[in-house]
Amino acid sequence: MAVSVNEAVSTGPGRDHTPSTRRRGGRGRSVLEVALLTVLAVVMLFPVLWMIETSIKENRDVYAIPAKFFDFKVTLDHFKDVFAASGGGRSALSVSFLNSVVVAGVSTALATVLGVPAAWAYSRFSVKAKKDQLFFILSTRFMPPVVVVIPIFLMYRQLGLIDNKLGLILIYTAFNVPFTIWMMKGFVDEVPAEYEDAAMLDGYTRLQAFWKFTLPLLLPGIAATAVFALIFSWNEFVFAIFLTSSDSVRTAPPAIAGLIGGTTVDWGLVAAASVVFALPVLVFAYLVRKHLVAGVTLGAVRR
Amino acid sequence: MGTVAVHGLRKSFGKVQALDGVTLDVPDGSFFVVLGPSGAGKTTTLRAIAGLEKLDAGSVHLDGRDATGDTPAARDLAMVFQSYALYPRRTAYENIASPLRARRCSSSEIAAAVEQMSSLLHIERLLQRRPAQMSGGEMQRVALARALVRRPRAFLMDEPLTNLDLKLRVEMRTELTRIHRSLGGTFVYVTNDQVEALSMADQVAVLKEGKVQQVGTPTEVYERPANQWVAGFVGSPSISLLACHAEGDRLVGAEGWTLPRPRWTTAENGRPLLLGLRAEDLSVEQRGDASLPGELYGLEPLGDRTVVDVQVGTEMLKVKARPTFTGTPGERLHVTVDLDRAHLFDAGTGLALSETGR
Repeated sequence: MAVSVNEAVSTGPGRDHTPSTRRRGGRGRSVLEVALLTVLAVVMLFPVLWMIETSIKENRDVYAIPAKFFDFKVTLDHFKDVFAASGGGRSALSVSFLNSVVVAGVSTALATVLGVPAAWAYSRFSVKAKKDQLFFILSTRFMPPVVVVIPIFLMYRQLGLIDNKLGLILIYTAFNVPFTIWMMKGFVDEVPAEYEDAAMLDGYTRLQAFWKFTLPLLLPGIAATAVFALIFSWNEFVFAIFLTSSDSVRTAPPAIAGLIGGTTVDWGLVAAASVVFALPVLVFAYLVRKHLVAGVTLGAVRR
Repeated sequence: MGTVAVHGLRKSFGKVQALDGVTLDVPDGSFFVVLGPSGAGKTTTLRAIAGLEKLDAGSVHLDGRDATGDTPAARDLAMVFQSYALYPRRTAYENIASPLRARRCSSSEIAAAVEQMSSLLHIERLLQRRPAQMSGGEMQRVALARALVRRPRAFLMDEPLTNLDLKLRVEMRTELTRIHRSLGGTFVYVTNDQVEALSMADQVAVLKEGKVQQVGTPTEVYERPANQWVAGFVGSPSISLLACHAEGDRLVGAEGWTLPRPRWTTAENGRPLLLGLRAEDLSVEQRGDASLPGELYGLEPLGDRTVVDVQVGTEMLKVKARPTFTGTPGERLHVTVDLDRAHLFDAGTGLALSETGR
């Protein structure tokens, strides 16, 4: 009895001590760490900060020399210009943002709908020359878009897909499906096939077993994969600039790039458009951040 | 309620021949154990019965009807997986209810069936928990309940006790036998644990490298192993095998010893044989003329008995002795052999010699 009391008393403070010493050791190290990280953060974040600052400066502050870091008047005029045309009504930029939303959203949805079942099939079934097939699928991602853009341009011209949102949706889907298959295959591999076996013995069909038992476990993986696919489609520039020309079809990246050029550049408008362009991806990634890192929750299979 | 028959099952995974012509006949209502070391093809056999494995050749008959091409759902079987395979996002209740939901039972039927099962397996207090909140033994019970909640043609169990600790495993052995008696039904039970096989089975099929070595009652498999491999696999400590041949009315060992020739053997003189002796049929007390000279090599005190390793020439004998037996390594002693219970195998084929005279 006495022994157990002693143990109970002695472990208490001991347990308290260990982390605090570790923390102290960490503090000594962290001076250098913090310094280096600060330098890195400044280098990485300065362009972003400058973009945000420019977007809320009045035009004469934008062009002021020396540059004004803090001492300027805040205005939201540039953001207004992004969405509203000077003569009233919608601006060309706002149309291109809408186009981006449609193109990125639909292509991501299509890639997910096609890629997830394919990944499941590659993970669960014995497919002839599976490795070769998977490599072939991945190899379509080896090529940078600029290499294939000319042949695709010629093909699209025949098909009437030039300057057509459907054309962009198809090409982005084609690029995102391989990525989705590869990402999702990893997630499906993590979910034991025995859940589906058990479900089939319970009396479900194979597809029901996938739909009711495996798919819910894949949702975090699907969210993570979809975010990456969405970011790819949202940011894509090369295909967008080659395959579209009119303001009504153009997505945001070429539209923003189009603002630069001519005799004068309205940097305030460019910066505001860029901020608006960056925001949705940041917000979406923030919303699914838990799923991005959580991966798949594993359940009751002992291994 | 259900017979299971498989015929000539063949299945290979790449270069590995997992099943090499497995034929089994499981009678209705029996507790049928498939026993073998890991890699013998036990689980593949079970999965083939369940319809989870595509076969290279062979057929599966359920209740006399060819079910080889049927989906797992159509076969009307229930299975307990070695990993339990409980659905992680669902409570124990929902796990157990799953087979009934798949078959569109009413919720009152489901509630009644789950309640009955949970009281049979003493898991009432677990019903609202998820698998992550249960211990291995608790998950095992829930997995069992999920299988037993329906009355399928047969229950398939894939090493359900392997992941439990020893005490729980012994407990569950008794429990499963009790459940089989009270529920009835055909059980096909796969294990690599010969104690499970011998203690629970009505019939045992011993499997090795995808081939059935022997099918019989536990007593038959233990007392009359069909070949040297079965004799070695079943029984603990494992059987001791000594090279010898018959010469007139004597058995002459390769190490020079002689024993009276067992009355029942018909082996011709000079044919190379293996003499199989189980530890309990040997004794370190010298009596009669059927004894082997040897040297004490080591002792394994096991509480209720001591296993004595005796070296005979270059070969080792495991002898069961009283727990109080003591000795020093190197000590010379004689091992008395109960020849009526000895086994003889052909040294070339490994097959047991006919024991018709016994």
